[in-house]
Amino acid sequence: MNNPPSEPKPIAKPKKVLVIGSGPIVIGQAAEFDYAGTQACKALREEGVTTVLVNSNPATIMTDEGVADVVYIEPLTVEVIERIIAREKPDGILPTLGGQTGLNLAVELADAGVLDRHNVRLLGTPLATIRAAEDREEFRDLMGRIGEPTPPSEIVESQQGAEKALKIIGLPAVIRPAYTLGGTGGGIANTLEEYWRFAGTGMAASPIGQVLVEKSLAGWKEVEYEVMRDAADNCITVCNMENFDPMGVHTGDSIVVAPSQTLSDKEYQLLRTASLNIIRALGVEGGCNVQLALRPGNIVAKTLPDQIEGPDYYVIEVNPRVSRSSALASKATGYPIARVAAKIAVGKRLDEIPNAVTGKTVAAFEPALDYCVVKIPRWPFDKFAGGDRSLGTQMKATGEVMAIDRTFEAALLKAVRSLEITDRDALWEPKPDDTHFEAHDERLWTLLAAVRQGTAPEELSRITGVDPWFTRALERIAKMEARLLAEPLGRDLLWEAKRMGFADAQIGVLTDRSEEQVARRRAEYGLRPTYKMVDSCAGEFEAETPFFYSTYEQENEALPTGEPTAVVIGSGPIRIGQGIEFDYCSVHAAWALSDAGVKSVMINSNPETVSTDFDTSDRLYFEPLDAESVMSVIQNEAGDGATPASIVQFGGQTAINLSQSLDAAGLPILGSSAQSIDIASDRHLFEEFLARHGIPNPPGAAVADVGRALQVAQEIGYPVLVRPSYVLGGRAMEIVQNATELVRYMSSAFAAASGRRVLIDKYFEGREVEVDAVCDGEQVLIPGIMEHVERAGVHSGDSMAVYPGLNLTKQEVDAIVDYTTRIGLGLNVRGLMNIQYVLTSGNTYRSPTDGSKREGDGRAEVFVIEVNPRSSRTIPFISKVTGVPMVRLAVNVMLGKTLAEQGFSGGLWKKQDIVAVKAPVFSMSKLTGVDTYLGPEMKSTGEVMGIDREFRPAVAKALMAAGLMLPKNGSILLSMADKTKADAVALVNELHQAGYKLYATKGTAAMISAMGLEVTTITKVLSGEHPNVVDVISDGTVDAVVNTVTGDRKSLQDGFNIRRVATEKRIPCFTSIDTARAAAESLNGPTDDYSVAPLQDYLNGP
Amino acid sequence: MTDARVKRYLVLEDGSVFEGYAFGADAGTAGEVVFSTSMTGYQEMLTDPSFAGQIVVPTYPMIGNYGINGRDAESARIRVAGFVVREHCDQPSHADSEMTVDEYLRSQDVPGLWGIDTRALTRRLRTRGVMMGALGSSAEAAVGQLKAASTYGDTDLVQAVTTGHSYRWTDSDGDRQHSNSDAGQRRPDWPRRRVLVSDYGVKYNIMRLLQSRGCEVITFPATATAEELLQREPDGILLSPGPGDPELLDYAVETAKGIVGKVPVFGICLGNQVLARAFGGSTYKLKFGHRGANHPVKDLRTGRAYITAQNHGYAVDADSLPANVEVSHVSLNDGTVEGMRHREMPVMSIQYHSEASPGPRDSEYIFDDFVALMDQGMDQGMNEAKSN
Ligand SMILES: Nc1ncnc2c1ncn2[C@@H]1O[C@H](COP(=O)(O)OP(=O)(O)O)[C@@H](O)[C@H]1O
Ligand SMILES: Nc1ncnc2c1ncn2[C@@H]1O[C@H](COP(=O)(O)OP(=O)(O)O)[C@@H](O)[C@H]1O
Ligand SMILES: [Mg+2]
Ligand SMILES: [Mg+2]
Repeated sequence: MNNPPSEPKPIAKPKKVLVIGSGPIVIGQAAEFDYAGTQACKALREEGVTTVLVNSNPATIMTDEGVADVVYIEPLTVEVIERIIAREKPDGILPTLGGQTGLNLAVELADAGVLDRHNVRLLGTPLATIRAAEDREEFRDLMGRIGEPTPPSEIVESQQGAEKALKIIGLPAVIRPAYTLGGTGGGIANTLEEYWRFAGTGMAASPIGQVLVEKSLAGWKEVEYEVMRDAADNCITVCNMENFDPMGVHTGDSIVVAPSQTLSDKEYQLLRTASLNIIRALGVEGGCNVQLALRPGNIVAKTLPDQIEGPDYYVIEVNPRVSRSSALASKATGYPIARVAAKIAVGKRLDEIPNAVTGKTVAAFEPALDYCVVKIPRWPFDKFAGGDRSLGTQMKATGEVMAIDRTFEAALLKAVRSLEITDRDALWEPKPDDTHFEAHDERLWTLLAAVRQGTAPEELSRITGVDPWFTRALERIAKMEARLLAEPLGRDLLWEAKRMGFADAQIGVLTDRSEEQVARRRAEYGLRPTYKMVDSCAGEFEAETPFFYSTYEQENEALPTGEPTAVVIGSGPIRIGQGIEFDYCSVHAAWALSDAGVKSVMINSNPETVSTDFDTSDRLYFEPLDAESVMSVIQNEAGDGATPASIVQFGGQTAINLSQSLDAAGLPILGSSAQSIDIASDRHLFEEFLARHGIPNPPGAAVADVGRALQVAQEIGYPVLVRPSYVLGGRAMEIVQNATELVRYMSSAFAAASGRRVLIDKYFEGREVEVDAVCDGEQVLIPGIMEHVERAGVHSGDSMAVYPGLNLTKQEVDAIVDYTTRIGLGLNVRGLMNIQYVLTSGNTYRSPTDGSKREGDGRAEVFVIEVNPRSSRTIPFISKVTGVPMVRLAVNVMLGKTLAEQGFSGGLWKKQDIVAVKAPVFSMSKLTGVDTYLGPEMKSTGEVMGIDREFRPAVAKALMAAGLMLPKNGSILLSMADKTKADAVALVNELHQAGYKLYATKGTAAMISAMGLEVTTITKVLSGEHPNVVDVISDGTVDAVVNTVTGDRKSLQDGFNIRRVATEKRIPCFTSIDTARAAAESLNGPTDDYSVAPLQDYLNGP
Repeated sequence: MTDARVKRYLVLEDGSVFEGYAFGADAGTAGEVVFSTSMTGYQEMLTDPSFAGQIVVPTYPMIGNYGINGRDAESARIRVAGFVVREHCDQPSHADSEMTVDEYLRSQDVPGLWGIDTRALTRRLRTRGVMMGALGSSAEAAVGQLKAASTYGDTDLVQAVTTGHSYRWTDSDGDRQHSNSDAGQRRPDWPRRRVLVSDYGVKYNIMRLLQSRGCEVITFPATATAEELLQREPDGILLSPGPGDPELLDYAVETAKGIVGKVPVFGICLGNQVLARAFGGSTYKLKFGHRGANHPVKDLRTGRAYITAQNHGYAVDADSLPANVEVSHVSLNDGTVEGMRHREMPVMSIQYHSEASPGPRDSEYIFDDFVALMDQGMDQGMNEAKSN
């Protein structure tokens, strides 16, 4: 044997490990790391290792009690981590579960000497490996040494360099500017003309004038392997995945299929062997993601420029850590990659780790799938219609859905259903235009439309590079549609359509029936989905995991348990406005049910989350969250016995929207009734309700046409707030200043509202306050009041929220508690609700630090903005900072236990001796063309929390964690709309006091001069003199920007470039004066006097 | 394919009936029904002689996506008795594809069945064990087939798949050539190691991997005696994989007895079982076998785990082995014997498929080990062994 007989030497198992989380949710780094981190903490504790966890993101399960031994919700900076290390004295640190954030932080900690200084061992993958994988140059060298091909590339910094690179690389070539985001300036050059254009713009866009010219492999197949390796050099691949969209579209933005569909065994093994060679050469200990490009088949290859020379595959990239793809692979196969990676990190070998799925075999095996998995990304362009929708090498999706079935067609159609894009099922067709076959978020529908119209799939493959196997599958779907249109809907046809993944609704459209009629016919024929288990072994062994997907087959494996059961409806893909917070709630709901002795059944379609981990609930169904799928699961769980009730309060708008269909179908709902939900959601009913109870809300009305809109606005007075009814996250919501604007809005809004009415409200520029509450029908418990830093008009999801409300008068607090209690009781809420209020008395901005609390004039002016009869985005935050387990209380209430029986009482919960600030985090740098200003429409993707004893350090930490901290003694560019200039005086003073150098556009500069302060005037006119506003941002003259707008089109357009450039330069850009003031205030005073402590310490009081 | 669907049935020994649609040849068939969990490599599976006498059910539901090509066959023809899939692809997509699975089965007269719940079938075989089954145009026809068929374990299937005459393997640039001309005496100037293969149902890739390691490979019928083999002055002999119950192969066991200790011997799969019997050990039938590309095996000497390709329904009884034979590898799934080593003689033996095809190539190093064993055998290894 060429393997010397050596029992692998055991690694000393660490006693205490610091696990680094991934921070806020941003595009490219989402809930998958909560899933990974949570699994890892559990796995480490199983091994008897004490776990210390740090993450800045409160909306995570991993930061909950019971997951890690000690939890820090603190900013992820070197300074903070060093303080945690000094305090906790861990002997190991595990960064590979915290995404790119964790990895980068590990490198920084090592470089800063922190790890050496405190004698902390880096667990999992060694530092040298991280560097070798992250540094393109080093990686290429290493691949060269082990004989793995990488696409040829050249670093270019000059005209001559570009000429040389062109000779070496040839065309087509990818031009990637160094250190720019969104690939600004670069692109794929197919012609000489394009090459020179991109070389020019690329070098100009790069702050260091450097571009990477790389052989373009656009059109090649993109394939990923998830690989595991332990310290004894045992290696396995968990799964491979093939991208439907070929190379050139980021894997995160590609439709992905597992396992690969078009690779022969030879090719599968070729790439598998390469992946193992790479993980070995890198010395990764844990999980690793390898991305490869494989030569396409004939039809596509013929469309590519001559690329016959060279290897059959290239290594594109390696991520030496768990990743989005590894979460997908875990869910697709049942193999818990993060869990196994954590065990490997503390010295376990793959053959020593049990396979949690079968309970019998070990982790040293490769999952066998007997189904097909399809992932489709969820993009934010339904919200950002103006954004650049094209897809390329920079990821743009906020989330994803996964569907499982026995064929690709069925899995694909189920995935489309799972996307939950209103009015966009598989039959929807986009408007054709010149670029519609290029990669963009709607290309799948474009392709379906094309095959429907008779375009040959091979032709589509030639145009798009999508393998003909996939385009032919689309054609098979279109053929089935044609049959449904043409043939009578007999049993066989219906069976085949269901087997191909067609929804009842879709069949209804094609056969001229309602969804209910199709469902009834299906019932008559006795056609019901069966449920099959995801068991990691294709049925070879008996498995213990209750993880199921539906399919139309013969044998059903998910037989009813006959025990008391409740169904938790999850929240689907992560999108702006419905994020990880709802997964947090769903997970807690499942746990609370189990603790109460009720079997929990989870339904969800999102592979990134903790809720879809197979050991979160008693049973997991990976299904679209549409009425058909949810009702089928409920029927399956009922069997011949009792029908389990559903919980719709925790899965965001997705779940709550299902309440009406479930109720109509006579299926029981736990908690607030469908009627209560309807009253809160229906504008008319809700206004009646408020009027009946004497609770004020901003005057307004729902209108159906422009004439009525103008009339209503006239009556209530401008500014008004307009929006389509029944939408999530304030979509298409605007503050309108005058009649002209209103007419413009009315003509555009109807599209977004899809025929529904438009709501017009009086816009109150007051302070906004938010509460969550739990109600048992007798009492209403409010754990705390959250006050927004930004005035109303900035969406609550985009505002900084401060707990406890620091500027509230007693009258205001009393009014809030009174209204909340009466609303809860009046609506007969059982479980959670969330209310936003606007307070119109006093200044819009009152510094929490100035101490001048107003006594109020005796009359609280508190208006209800909205009531959400469900859990909200702030539930994780408020639960964490008050210690009130909101979801648990709510679930127990639903099960019939009163608050009193649970040891709680109504009213406002005692104020904690802390200040906690929740700050939003945006992903705007990834979304070219999207305007970043804050308004009533939500734009943030994630959140962080700063917690401390005082406001100043708490807000400083929140800003630090959100990347909005102003540097000391910096320079700032101010450009403020007229309306805010009064408030601006205070801001300018703060900045001046902090020693800031001020730059401003003309009007603002005049105001600053008038204050007697020094200011440099910078022109807004981009075509005229230099430096203009864009110059001072791009060249680094200023460290931050304040650009406030009134909301009218003109001022929005003026500032657009300022905001985009600042965003791409990644410097703080404040569009609300209130945020800017909070940030400026935190500069005045010591900025490093914040504490770093476990969450529990803060809650236990000083 | 949707237009003219013809019903076809699978009937199992235990009476269960699966109704699906016909593809492949218009014929009935019977055999032992087994499942394989390999997700790729259906062409290799179809042509693997070890599947002779069996109706093979891939657990992966979509079969035929990349078609059938001129390169992936592992023997001269399709060997399975029948093929049962959930879905087969009529529009394969691959540069090398020459025909569909359906056409391939038709061209070699092998019937298939599609459209059934193959996972339900797999679960049945897992819980009740593999059993005989038959395909027919009606359930009755299938029952007839089943009754008429001889039981899998009673038939010497090696005779059905072994070569009729010896040949020298040549495989250059992917083109297979069989030639009988050069299978004679060893030429003194021949620089390479000469490996003889006892063909119980050898796969091309075994011969390819040996050849690529500088071996001259000459393949012999399974019935070749020890004398016949030793006469060719081999540097090593490989006992190949193959189908059926090793208990039926007394002639092969005799041959094995005659060669061990005289020349380095490498047994793979059925070859491993034959060697076990030659050393006085015994074999037994597994409930549903090991068939797939994901089987973990532990090398007991190094402690290392390997993912292997496997295809066997019988296993060596560890307790039956004499003291001078040690178990070198075990299955991490069920602890069964996956490899043996003789303490004194240059004999190595594995139950899994180091040639993979289909499956992971992680164990190809075993061919290097065999080459090393042969090289050692020629120098001191044999002498040591002899003096013991
Ligand atoms: N040489 C290339 N030619 C064409 N497309 C490429 C090339 N290199 C990368 N890409 C595309 O860009 C995407 C992102 O590149 P990658 O190196 O994986 O960066 P990231 O770190 O963002 O994942 C890939 O998924 C692939 O689709
Ligand atoms: N009448 C109003 N006056 C001032 N601001 C308002 C008013 N109505 C809504 N807003 C602002 O718009 C944001 C979004 O409105 P909301 O009704 O809460 O919609 P969503 O359903 O998107 O949460 C609120 O957070 C608040 O800042
Ligand atoms: Mg990548
Ligand atoms: Mg709101």
